Amino acid sequence: MAVNVRLQMAVFDPGKESNAFIKATNEDGSAGAAITFTGLVRSSPEKPIISLTLEHYPPVAEAQLRRFAQSALERFDLLAIAIIHRFGEMKPGEPIVQVMTLASHRHAAFAGAEFVMDFLKTDAPFWKKGLSASWVAAKSHDETARKRWQ
Amino acid sequence: MKVLYFAWLRERLNRDEQQLSPPAKVTNIAQLMDWMSENDEAIALAFANRDLIKTALDEEIVEHDTALNGARTVAFFPPMTGG
Repeated sequence: MAVNVRLQMAVFDPGKESNAFIKATNEDGSAGAAITFTGLVRSSPEKPIISLTLEHYPPVAEAQLRRFAQSALERFDLLAIAIIHRFGEMKPGEPIVQVMTLASHRHAAFAGAEFVMDFLKTDAPFWKKGLSASWVAAKSHDETARKRWQ
Repeated sequence: MKVLYFAWLRERLNRDEQQLSPPAKVTNIAQLMDWMSENDEAIALAFANRDLIKTALDEEIVEHDTALNGARTVAFFPPMTGG
């Protein structure tokens, strides 16, 4: 299938998916380029998170991803394109999304993947909520309150 | 019609969906949001900044000036953060 879109909760193996995509879509060997972009859950040192949860609007999310993929396929004359997008709870370092493109030549493969990501970031109904780890700081007025009783 | 809420809208309003029967004078999404705000203070607060509210009608993402045209589902959500 030229366009493949998959939404799932489970973590995936970026390398395995990439290999499977190329194997499935380049049977005739006519492709000269395959691009894989993997978006990861990031925990910045300044504001670390324990986990990230993605809420989504299922039918619209799937429809939008298919729409972007189809647009990329046509606009860049790709041989194939696939998008995997997770939802639910995920941990730092895990993949969130993967966009894979296959084309005769590299420019189309690169551009197609970037095109899809640019739309996916703002026009796909997913919402992220980070769970941060922060110890509750001791408060000086509690210390003062305790001292009253000494 | 069925109304769906997502993300912080869902949390603030404490519900993910509700049924509504707007009057005939409500013909587009902006008017629907006005009417909903008139009848519910929490919604009025949540809808205060219209720029922060995106909408979908029958599972198609649309602008606020879109006519309701007998749509069965309308969804309200914050700006999307996919990927």
